[in-house]
Amino acid sequence: MGQILADLTAELFTLLLGILGAMPAIIGYLAIILLFMVIVRVVRQRMQPTHDYTSLKTVTFGDESAVVSDKAASIISVVLIFVIWGAFTGTNWLPSLFHAPGPFLGQESFTYTVEADDGTRDDATVTVVVHEAGAVPETPEIAPGDGPAKDDVLVVQAYRSKLLTWDRNDEVNRKDNNARIVAIDGRAISRDADVDTGFARVALTDKGTLNIEPGKGWQMENIWLPAPDSVWSRLISVSRDGYQNVTLAEHLSYSLFRVIVGFILGAAVGIPLGYAMGLSNWFRGWFDPIVEFMRPVPPLALIPLVIIWAGIGEQGKIILLFLAALWIMAIAARSGVSGVAISKVHAAYSLGASKGQIMRHVIVPNSLPEIFTGARVAMGVCWGTVVAAELVAAEKGVGKMIVAASKFQDTDIVLMGIILIGIIGFGIDVLMRAGEKWLVPWKGRV
Amino acid sequence: MRFDLPNGGHVQALQNVTLDIKQGELMSVLGPSGCGKTTLLNIVAGFLAPTEGKIILNGHRVTGPDAERGMVFQQGALFEWMSVRDNVSFGPRMAGKNRGEWAGNVDHLLDVVGLQDFKEKMVYELSGGMQQRVALARCLANEPDVILMDEPLGALDALTREKMQGLVLKLWKETGKTIILITHSVEEALLLGERLLVMAPRPGRIHKEYRLPFADLGVNQDLREVKKHPEFNERREEILGMIWDMEEEIMGRTEETA
Repeated sequence: MGQILADLTAELFTLLLGILGAMPAIIGYLAIILLFMVIVRVVRQRMQPTHDYTSLKTVTFGDESAVVSDKAASIISVVLIFVIWGAFTGTNWLPSLFHAPGPFLGQESFTYTVEADDGTRDDATVTVVVHEAGAVPETPEIAPGDGPAKDDVLVVQAYRSKLLTWDRNDEVNRKDNNARIVAIDGRAISRDADVDTGFARVALTDKGTLNIEPGKGWQMENIWLPAPDSVWSRLISVSRDGYQNVTLAEHLSYSLFRVIVGFILGAAVGIPLGYAMGLSNWFRGWFDPIVEFMRPVPPLALIPLVIIWAGIGEQGKIILLFLAALWIMAIAARSGVSGVAISKVHAAYSLGASKGQIMRHVIVPNSLPEIFTGARVAMGVCWGTVVAAELVAAEKGVGKMIVAASKFQDTDIVLMGIILIGIIGFGIDVLMRAGEKWLVPWKGRV
Repeated sequence: MRFDLPNGGHVQALQNVTLDIKQGELMSVLGPSGCGKTTLLNIVAGFLAPTEGKIILNGHRVTGPDAERGMVFQQGALFEWMSVRDNVSFGPRMAGKNRGEWAGNVDHLLDVVGLQDFKEKMVYELSGGMQQRVALARCLANEPDVILMDEPLGALDALTREKMQGLVLKLWKETGKTIILITHSVEEALLLGERLLVMAPRPGRIHKEYRLPFADLGVNQDLREVKKHPEFNERREEILGMIWDMEEEIMGRTEETA
């Protein structure tokens, strides 16, 4: 127990250190946003002072109705995300003025000083060529120069480092002469003290070779964070040619198919179940323990069991989504029934309605708002669950696409998939809200 | 129509309530909170079964809600997923009548309650007073023998309320329906009650019964004129005093037990 506590404390400490390390970036971001806020305010005051009702309210802090989403802030927020994304990936969508300093690229050189065991010293020049990933540069021809130490050429890919066996071509070497490097560009180097040559960091290894690490700048490498333009071009190429022989449309339709079928089945069983629970003591008692137990179990926790029972095919996915939607819809329908004002039911009975007519004309329409709220939640949960289930095991689907891409370090596809998942999830919610407005216009107005 | 004592649990909600209401009578029921007015109405409506006693209407015993007893609630209890017209025609439609049978009557009723321009509106677009008019029309459209009103004007503002009181009187005279109206407003009870029942609490029972002329005087008249009637003020003071005494008794009792 004490050990666990100590481990967790250490974890917490590491976490806090990480947050502390991220602080400058967070503060920088907040500062930019605040700056924009001030600018927009000043511009607005100058351009068109408003005199509508809200602007005349003197108490706005704490008055929720006086708070409206500022469109300018939303636009700045979205644009800023893309600008930051582009700046730290060096996208060609942004003028290079906005780019964060990139990694060193091109040709540079430094000199090293060798001291042999007899005390003699000699200098040699190392020409370093740093190239982008994928590009194959020509190795420049250089003269070996004079003296026992000969000049070298080193070709490195950007963001990588490389060992330089400097004595490979020298007349003095580590083995025979116990030669060692004492200085880089005239500055002393040792195992504890690296030398920054301006374009690269040079370190002495335990074996006496040099480790050359060209400057990485502030930009992110493509496999960590691809530029927005490469995500876009990936989107175009994947939607045209597909990824791993499956087209994007196929991935997306499989995911959507599972969500829609699972949700419809869940609603088809869950809503009547909820009505039964809302209308009958026996049903309420029968299903209350089951529903109350199953509701807090996240559908994701069912994935392993569903795979064991039903395999990784469509059946398993749909069973999972059915279960994800079922309890939410049952609870929504149940609370929809209990939300019917008793006076409405009494009124309907007094007007001579039968039980069936009350169900159809009073209880069902009255519970629609609750059911729609439940359906929105259920669709959101289903969409999240299908992606997670596909991450675990699937043949096709967006989740499958991003997990496969991540294994090949196709980070641009991973990012594209995440963005598509977000857009589709948002689109589903927008559609549900539109449907709600159309079918339940009285919601919130009674 | 007569009913007797029910009791539920430990609370004797009503005791020895025996009434005989004639056809076309407008009876208002008044009493302090907790005197069982609403319980009484629910029993008459058939929503509650009395533990003892019975209710007889048109020669048969009341056992549950039925279209012969219409109900108007404090908060409309309208169906907000339907238009005004659909609300009012709910009863006839549920009875399986076709459009031709009810359309004319529904139109007429909506005109009478002053909603001629709002027939196709949704009920949530109407004000509280208008919603109550819809509730009245909906009840009348079903042609019940008895109309039960549970503080139908309680949630309205004073001005709207006065207008609606006039409307209730007008509809009562025009249709000749038997009406039982529960209220907590002494003025309303006096104005609308051809017969006024004052109930006392714990157990709920009939305290005093009046026969009043004001309802007849008030039909199609300015209700403010009726209030100037010398007897009106006298009765009002008398009944207010009565209810005050009961309220004080309740308060005293609760303080003792607490």
